[in-house]
Amino acid sequence: MTSDLLLDMRDIRIDGFSDERWHPIIKGVNLQLRRGEVMGLIGESGAGKSTLGKAAMGYTQPGCKLTGGSILFDGMDLAAMSEAQKRPLWGTRIAYVAQSAAASFNPAHRLIEQTVEATNRAGLSPNGNPREDAVELYDALQLPNPSSIGARYPHQVSGGQLQRVMTAMAMSPRPDLIIFDEPTTALDVTTQVEVLASMRKIVEEFNTAAIYITHDLAVVAQMADVIKVLRYGEEVEEAETRKMLTAPEMPYTKSLWSVRGLEKPEETSDDLILEVKGVDAAYGVVKVLHDVSITMPRGKTVAVVGESGSGKSTTARVITGLLPQSGGEVLFNGEPLPPQLKNRSRAQLQKIQMIYQMADTAMNPKQTVGEIIGRPLEFYLGFKGRARDARVSELLQMIELDDSFFDRLPSELSGGQKQRICIARALAAEPELIICDEVTSALDQIVQEGILKLLLRLQKEFNYSYLFITHDIATVKAISDEIVVMLEGKVVEQGLKSDVLEPPYPDYTQLLLSSVPEMDPDWLTNLLDARAG
Amino acid sequence: MSDAPETYSASAEVGAVRVRRTRTQRAWIVLRKAPISAWFGLLVVTFYLCVAIFAPFIAPYGEADSSFAAYAPWSDEHWFGTDQIGRDILTRLIYGARNTIGIALATTLLAFVIGGSLGLIAAINRSWLDQLISRAVDVLMAIPSLIFALMLLSIFGSTVWSLIVIIAVLDSTRVFRLTRAVAVNVVVMDYVEAARLRGEGLAWVMRREILPNILPPMVAEFGLRFSFVFLTIAALSFLGVGIQPPTADWGSMVRENASLIQFAQFDLRAAFTPLLPAAAIALLTVAVNFIVDWFLQQTSGLRDDL
Amino acid sequence: MHPVFKTVLKRLGLGVATLFVVSAIIFSSISMLPGDFGEAVLGQAATEETVAAFRDELGLDEPAVVRYFQWVGAVATGDLGTSFSGRSSSGVDRSRPVVDLVGPRLWNTLFLAGVTAMIAVPLALLLGLTAALYRGSVYDRAVNVTTLTTIATPEFFVAYILILVFAAINPWFPSLANVQADTPLAERLYRVALPAMTLTLVIVAHMMRMTRAAIINLLASPYIEMARLKGATPREIILRHALPNAWAPIATVIAFNLAYLVVGVVVVEVVFVYPGIGQLMVDAVTTRDIPVVQACALIFAGTYILLNLIADIIGIITNPRLLHPR
Repeated sequence: MTSDLLLDMRDIRIDGFSDERWHPIIKGVNLQLRRGEVMGLIGESGAGKSTLGKAAMGYTQPGCKLTGGSILFDGMDLAAMSEAQKRPLWGTRIAYVAQSAAASFNPAHRLIEQTVEATNRAGLSPNGNPREDAVELYDALQLPNPSSIGARYPHQVSGGQLQRVMTAMAMSPRPDLIIFDEPTTALDVTTQVEVLASMRKIVEEFNTAAIYITHDLAVVAQMADVIKVLRYGEEVEEAETRKMLTAPEMPYTKSLWSVRGLEKPEETSDDLILEVKGVDAAYGVVKVLHDVSITMPRGKTVAVVGESGSGKSTTARVITGLLPQSGGEVLFNGEPLPPQLKNRSRAQLQKIQMIYQMADTAMNPKQTVGEIIGRPLEFYLGFKGRARDARVSELLQMIELDDSFFDRLPSELSGGQKQRICIARALAAEPELIICDEVTSALDQIVQEGILKLLLRLQKEFNYSYLFITHDIATVKAISDEIVVMLEGKVVEQGLKSDVLEPPYPDYTQLLLSSVPEMDPDWLTNLLDARAG
Repeated sequence: MSDAPETYSASAEVGAVRVRRTRTQRAWIVLRKAPISAWFGLLVVTFYLCVAIFAPFIAPYGEADSSFAAYAPWSDEHWFGTDQIGRDILTRLIYGARNTIGIALATTLLAFVIGGSLGLIAAINRSWLDQLISRAVDVLMAIPSLIFALMLLSIFGSTVWSLIVIIAVLDSTRVFRLTRAVAVNVVVMDYVEAARLRGEGLAWVMRREILPNILPPMVAEFGLRFSFVFLTIAALSFLGVGIQPPTADWGSMVRENASLIQFAQFDLRAAFTPLLPAAAIALLTVAVNFIVDWFLQQTSGLRDDL
Repeated sequence: MHPVFKTVLKRLGLGVATLFVVSAIIFSSISMLPGDFGEAVLGQAATEETVAAFRDELGLDEPAVVRYFQWVGAVATGDLGTSFSGRSSSGVDRSRPVVDLVGPRLWNTLFLAGVTAMIAVPLALLLGLTAALYRGSVYDRAVNVTTLTTIATPEFFVAYILILVFAAINPWFPSLANVQADTPLAERLYRVALPAMTLTLVIVAHMMRMTRAAIINLLASPYIEMARLKGATPREIILRHALPNAWAPIATVIAFNLAYLVVGVVVVEVVFVYPGIGQLMVDAVTTRDIPVVQACALIFAGTYILLNLIADIIGIITNPRLLHPR
């Protein structure tokens, strides 16, 4: 190792306390970082990436403890130092950027006070005066009104802006190392691009070393020089970014790419199962849908894409009858559906089923799998006793699970299994149309692929029609025949997948599509060049 | 290195599976891990219930038998002496368990029936009805409940029934608030929406989807409300406007024998007499609180991995 | 108009409305009295004329709404009506105005509550804060069990134990807290020592637990972790990052417990035969002296509403989101 080694973590072991005992969270991970280098730390939820990132500061959250290993930062062993000894380093030489900026700023103080707090405490004076320097940093991070935004309070600025102020706060004392802990996860894709670009610019400008934690491989590809993949608290592999993207070695790393490989050939049909015609809808007095029209061919998949607040979930609520429309109509198999849920017949309810984003909250935690899948059978089809149980076990086989799941409670299932049970519950009703509301976005990559493949197979076998609501373009490519793009409660365009995803685009589709990070380290650079030019 | 499976199988995914156990086995496992305070609480409550149920068989004399000398000292015939009109203190204590606990239990149950059902309805309805009940409860809770109870008792008189109804109605406001708050969180769950989308009726949704999921906090609340009601009734009886003589009751016993405390320098044991019923009240509420404390810890985390 | 001002006004309006509804409830209690009430107060031998005169005095024959506004108007000018006691079947009326009964006793009750609050509030905040800062320690757990026990104990049990130890066995303090209007301050303090001690024990337990919970909740905020990761010392974290956000929860805790004190005072006054408004109310309930009961209930409820109002207003004026609107 050369002398420009900034951080050297060896055989880190961290235990966390839950359910009245200690569990290992990090099981012996090494991490080396040179000055000015950016390392991407990726992994699925529960991989321990955030815990490892904080450990690089010598900090463990309440309820966690470091049980082994050494953390050499610029020659000092943070693992052996007391908190009082580490405190002068924190916020000055090592800085932290948290995931939720809105919660991580103190609501009682102005942004500028919080930006320069650590710098002033340490008596540092970067660039002359910390306050003037902070204004320059705000400017460098492309914040609007850099000279006056510091006088505002956290609740007075948007999430994307707060995240940039927090980056300025981290940069103010010119630290040697910044830990970015999922800084863009809570942001919309179009905002994410801007924040990513300004973060990257400022880290490069000051040649600061950084650890960038995320679960999104495409995002980390834009930021990092090297990528380390974690799983279950252990290292899977580490490689230089380009090498990792083009030639991953471990099967697990390869599986992280897999959903992007899945692509369905598009088909269409003239037989329409559902027509949404000029629908308006409002929550109270706030109008959220404006003249929305969507057509759905039978046996095909229509993907509805858009950012949060675009009205895609509201459209689903109108179709299901949860939110009666204020104008327009919804035709199902050519017949108009009554707007109110309570006016729909049992047969109409049966033919349209819904699968939710969070399988956790979509199943009653007090009912067993058998009860959950069995209820629609009993309710719509009159199955009882043995016949019902037999049908439940057929359905379990259809979703690639077996009878041993019959008596389990939802808390005894993994995330992917839960979503499969929800699919089985929808299938049990023998529907024609299934509305899938972000069904894969809460799942890890490898599990997403399994669910999407299952849905495609079931469609082929039983000719189901899917209305697929998502914000993830990779998922859209994998599953859809047609695409509807929505913005601010209006339909921007609807068309075949090939038509929508190929130029020429309407402006918004262009912005949305181009903002989705791609697995190419040059993507952000090219995009910024293209937008500037 | 990684233990990633080469091929993907849905059923092989990791899910925390419980070992199947019978109800009694599970109960025993929970009990064995219980802290001393919870054990203490359980023992005390069991003891009180036994005394309350078997009072006529345990008590040495009759409930209203005043055929003895007044203010007799502690002796073999009268372990804790006699009161101001010559009734055996021990007998009164034993019957007091039956009356005080019985009335408090009936009141708490009534409060839960009223507050619980209104709370569920308000949580599901969420419109004008919810507003109406919630505002009414706000107003009722703006008057301290002991004061309100005193006022209502002065109008309706201190009979056992008016006591039960008044305290139950006043206490149901708190049950309502809790039920509504807990149920509102359950009502917004996707599984409740899924049941409504399926076309299920209101009764089914309430009974099968909501009720099982609000039960743990409701059980804990029952314990807390019971001890609160118990203390309120004891306080009212102590003030002389609660349970009326000749019914034996701990609150009134404290009041009736309070003057004995002044004789501490002459007969220390006699001075303890008024403290006995007070201690009986305190012991029971402390025991219930210990159990609730333990139950809340159980249900907040450990429930799933039994 | 500044949003803080607007929110405060709204809250004040709500407080007034609540007081109005509460007063209506208290007032309407008199209409719920059984029909033969006049006889009950005046005695079996009362003539029809005296009963009629009595009903007329109460205005029972007028519409309820009219009577209510007359009553509110009278209360607003300090006239709380006339006590039922001191009347006789012969029509001789020795009853006294309720104000004369309530006035001096209200002052006594406020004195007792004030002395208690001055000891209990700082003590509870200190204990709660330290228990939150050293949570999980032996100290914290000991405090937890002790307070849980105290909370579950009736006030009169605590009171009699204190009497037994500090008055009966060791005659250090008087067991009867009888004070007169001309009792000097030092003597007054000595006489209310035991009642104040009883109330303090009960209030401190409640208040300390609530303070602890509020502080722990506050310290779990992400911005506190962020402050730590910026190298703030424990002192800076408490004073600069936690305290500015703690006023609202602390005000709520204090108000809640002072309101609780208002109720606790009733039982304690009876135990120590302290001439306060609580004891007056209990006596009035036993003799069914409705005007006195109404006056006392109105005073208790008003105090209760006022305390909660003050806590909410403190919460509003220290909320940065309202102080610095978008």
